[in-house]
Amino acid sequence: MSVSLARSNASAGMQDFASEVGAEGPVRVIGGRTQWNRGRTTTPAGQTSDISIREVRAPTGAISVEPAELIVRVDAGTLWGDLDRTLESAGMLCPLDAPDETSTVGGVLSVGESGFRRLRYGHIRDLLLEARYVNSAGLIVKAGAPVVKNVTGFDLCRLLVGSIGTLGLIGEVVLRCRPRPQQQLWFESATANPFDVRDRLYQPSFIGWTGDKTCVCIEGSSVEISAERTSLGTTAVDWAECGPYTIPLGRRISLRPSDLRRAREEFAGQMWLAEIGVGVVHLGGTALPEAKPALSASVQQLNLDLKRAYDPSGRFNPGVQP
Amino acid sequence: MVKRSLVERRGRRPGVGHIDRAGESDVPEEAALIHDLREVLGSARVLVGRAEKVLYGKDASALDPTPPSVVCLLETAQETQACVRIASKHGRPITPRGSGTGLAGGTVPLGRAVVLSTTKMNRILEINTDDRIAWVEPGVLNLDLSKATDPHGLHYAPDPSSQQTCSIGGNVGTNAGGPHCLLHGVTSAHILAVEVVLPNAELAMLGSLEADSPGLDLRGVFVGSEGTMGIATRVAVRLVANPPAIRTLLADFTTIREASNTVTSIIGAGMLPAALEMMDANCIRAVENWAKAGLPLDAGAVLLVEIEGTEAGADAEAEAITAICRADGARSVRAAASAEERALLWKARKSAFGAIANLKPNYYLHDAVVPRTRLTEIMDKVLEIAERNELMVLNVFHAGDGNLHPLLVFDKREPGVMDRVHRAGGEIIEACVAAGGVLSGEHGIGLEKRDYMHLVFSDVDLAEQTTLRNVFDPHGRWNPEKVLPTGSRCGELQNVPEGAWI
Repeated sequence: MSVSLARSNASAGMQDFASEVGAEGPVRVIGGRTQWNRGRTTTPAGQTSDISIREVRAPTGAISVEPAELIVRVDAGTLWGDLDRTLESAGMLCPLDAPDETSTVGGVLSVGESGFRRLRYGHIRDLLLEARYVNSAGLIVKAGAPVVKNVTGFDLCRLLVGSIGTLGLIGEVVLRCRPRPQQQLWFESATANPFDVRDRLYQPSFIGWTGDKTCVCIEGSSVEISAERTSLGTTAVDWAECGPYTIPLGRRISLRPSDLRRAREEFAGQMWLAEIGVGVVHLGGTALPEAKPALSASVQQLNLDLKRAYDPSGRFNPGVQP
Repeated sequence: MVKRSLVERRGRRPGVGHIDRAGESDVPEEAALIHDLREVLGSARVLVGRAEKVLYGKDASALDPTPPSVVCLLETAQETQACVRIASKHGRPITPRGSGTGLAGGTVPLGRAVVLSTTKMNRILEINTDDRIAWVEPGVLNLDLSKATDPHGLHYAPDPSSQQTCSIGGNVGTNAGGPHCLLHGVTSAHILAVEVVLPNAELAMLGSLEADSPGLDLRGVFVGSEGTMGIATRVAVRLVANPPAIRTLLADFTTIREASNTVTSIIGAGMLPAALEMMDANCIRAVENWAKAGLPLDAGAVLLVEIEGTEAGADAEAEAITAICRADGARSVRAAASAEERALLWKARKSAFGAIANLKPNYYLHDAVVPRTRLTEIMDKVLEIAERNELMVLNVFHAGDGNLHPLLVFDKREPGVMDRVHRAGGEIIEACVAAGGVLSGEHGIGLEKRDYMHLVFSDVDLAEQTTLRNVFDPHGRWNPEKVLPTGSRCGELQNVPEGAWI
C-alpha cells in the first residue's frame, strides 16, 4: 500500500510526548488546572497519595491555521488564549470557549464541557476532527482526519472528548472552525422572559438567566446584528447594552432546556446562571466536584469495559472517572 | 464479464475454513432458528422466502446480493432483544438494517445472518418544541420527520439525498450527511440519545436529553458504527429552527476548475453557506433532461448555493457570494425567485442518481473527501482517471465539504468494463487520500472500502478501533467483516460467502 500524506509522521513534539508518557506507571497530563476537579472521585489534588502519579504536559506551541479550510491544527498543550488570538487574527473562531485563557486546548477537550456559545454552535465534542494521542502502551495513535466530514472507521474522537485523559492522552488536534463574527453585542434586561427571547431570535450565541436578569449575546455582521436587535426589541427601554457575562466556574448542573423554567424555584437562595436553550446551570460560590447522575448498569459496564480495554493497568489519570 | 468474489479479490487469509453459502446449510438448523424467531414475531414477520432473502441480501450499492438466513421485521425493543438472544443462541451473525439505501455494502448480510429490519418501527413518538427534540423509532423516514416538525417551525437538519426513503436508524448507523450538513453538521451532531439493544441483548440508553451526559460519549461512538455495536430502537434527535429566510443561488461556470476555485474563494472569504453543491456538465445534462429545472446545458459546471439567515442577513450574504462567483468567472448567477423554483433546483440536485438510468444501466457511486482547498486539482485528477479508463463519470457532490461523489456509469454487459470500473475507483480513492483526504465522508466503509482502511490508518490506529468494537461485541457477531480490514480483527474470523459480485 502506498504511504499517503494523511499518514505523515507524528511531529517531534508528539514523539517526545509519547516517550515521556512511556508504557508504564501511573501518569496524568497537566493542563491549565482550570477544571482540575472534574471527574475526581477519590484523592483531591495535592494529597500525598498523588505523589506517585507522574505528571506530564502535552506538546505546546504549534498552531497551524487554514482559513480556506476553516480548520486549525494545534498542539494540545497550547493555551486557549493563544489559540483564540491566533484564530482572531485569521478571521476565524473555534467555539471551544474555555473557562479561562490559561486553560489548555487538550484539557478543555478532555473535560468535554461546552463553553458559552453552545446554543449557536453546538457541543464542543463536534469540533474535534482529528486527534493524535498516546495510548496506554505509549504508542502514538491517530483518530479522525483533517477534513470536515468523515465517516472513515469508528469514531474514536468522540470517545476522547470528555474522557478526562483516562483512555488516551491527547497531544495534537485538528479542530473545526467558523468564520469569526464581525461584531459581538451583549444586552441585559430585568423584565424580559428568557424563553420568549429564545423563540424570537434566529441564532443568538448565548441567552443567560439569573432569575433577576436575562442577558443575550448576539454575534454576526452589522446587518445580522441589526436584524436580531429588531427581533429582540432592544430599542425598548428595558434592554440595556452590557459587557460580556462571565460563566462562573463553580458547580455545573446539567438539565433539559425545558427544566430551566423551574430554575427560580429550584435554585432559590443561591447565585445561579442558566444557559437557556442548552440546559446547563452554573452555581456560584462553590467549587465542589459535581454530583453526576448515576449510570445505568449496562452503560456503567460499557464504561468500565472501555477503560479496561484501553488502559488495562489503570495508569492513566488514576482517581478520575468521566 | 469478470466474476470476482470478495475473498478472491481481496486476498484470502489462510485458515479461513470452508465457506458457507447463505441459505444453503442443513435444514434442521435453519428450521430451529426460524421456529424460535416465529415464537416471538409470528410467521408474517419472519421472512424466509427466496425472493425476500435476495431483496434483503443487498443494499443500494453495486454489490450483488448475499441472501441472509432469515429476515426479522421488528416492532418493539423487547422483540429486538428476544431476537438478538435467539440469534446469539444459534451462533448466527446479526445485520441490522434500516431502509437499505446504503451505498457501501454495510447492510449486505454475510455468513447465514439474521437480518434485523426496523422498517416497521416507524412512529414519531414525541415532538417536544420546548426542548427542541423529537423521539422517533428508527424506521421513521428522514423526510417524514422534517415534514412532521415543520408546522412547529423546526426541522431535522441532516438531509441525505435519499431522504425520502432513508430512515433515521440507518442515518444513525452510517452517521449520514447531506447538503445542509455544511452549516449544520452531520448526523452525530444531531443525535442526543439513542436507546439501543446491545450485542449482549441488554437495552441501554446512550446519551441523554440533559445538556451533559455523564460517563464516556457512548452515543458518539454508536453513531456511525455501521451496525457493529448493536441496534437502535429509539432515537432522540435535535431539531433546528427553520431559518427566517433562505436564498438559493445557481451559479453557471464554463469549467469545473472555475467552479472549484469559487468554493475555496467563498469559504476563504469567511462565509459558510448552508449548502454548497456542485454538478458537472455530464450531470447537468442527465438531470436537466429529466427534471427540467432550467439548468444551463452548455455549462461546464454549476454551483448550487443555499444561504440561511435573517431576511437582511441572507440578502447580504447572497449578494457577497454572487459577487465572488462573478469575480471567479461565473457566466450568470440565478437566484431562485420562489419556493417552487428552489424546490425544483433541489429536486434536480437530489434526484441526480435517478436520472442516470437514462444514460447507462449500471453505476458505481464513490464517496471520498479531500481538504476543500484541494478540490480543483482532485477534480482534474478524477476526470483524467475516468478518461484513461474509458469510463463516463458524472460529478454531483457536496463541494463545500470537499466531499466528492464521482459516479461512474457503465453497462456491465460490456466485456472488461468491471475491471476498468474497479481500477478507476481504486485510483480515485488513492488520489483523494494522497491529497490528504479520507475514504468516506458520509456513506460509510461497510464492505466496499474495508480493505482500503490501511491507506489512511496505521496498524496501531486500526487496533485502537478494533478494541472499541470488541468491547461492544466481544464475540464478533454484529455485522461481521464490515468496516475494519479482517487482518486487524482479533479473535474468530467470520466466513465470507463466495460469489459476491462487486
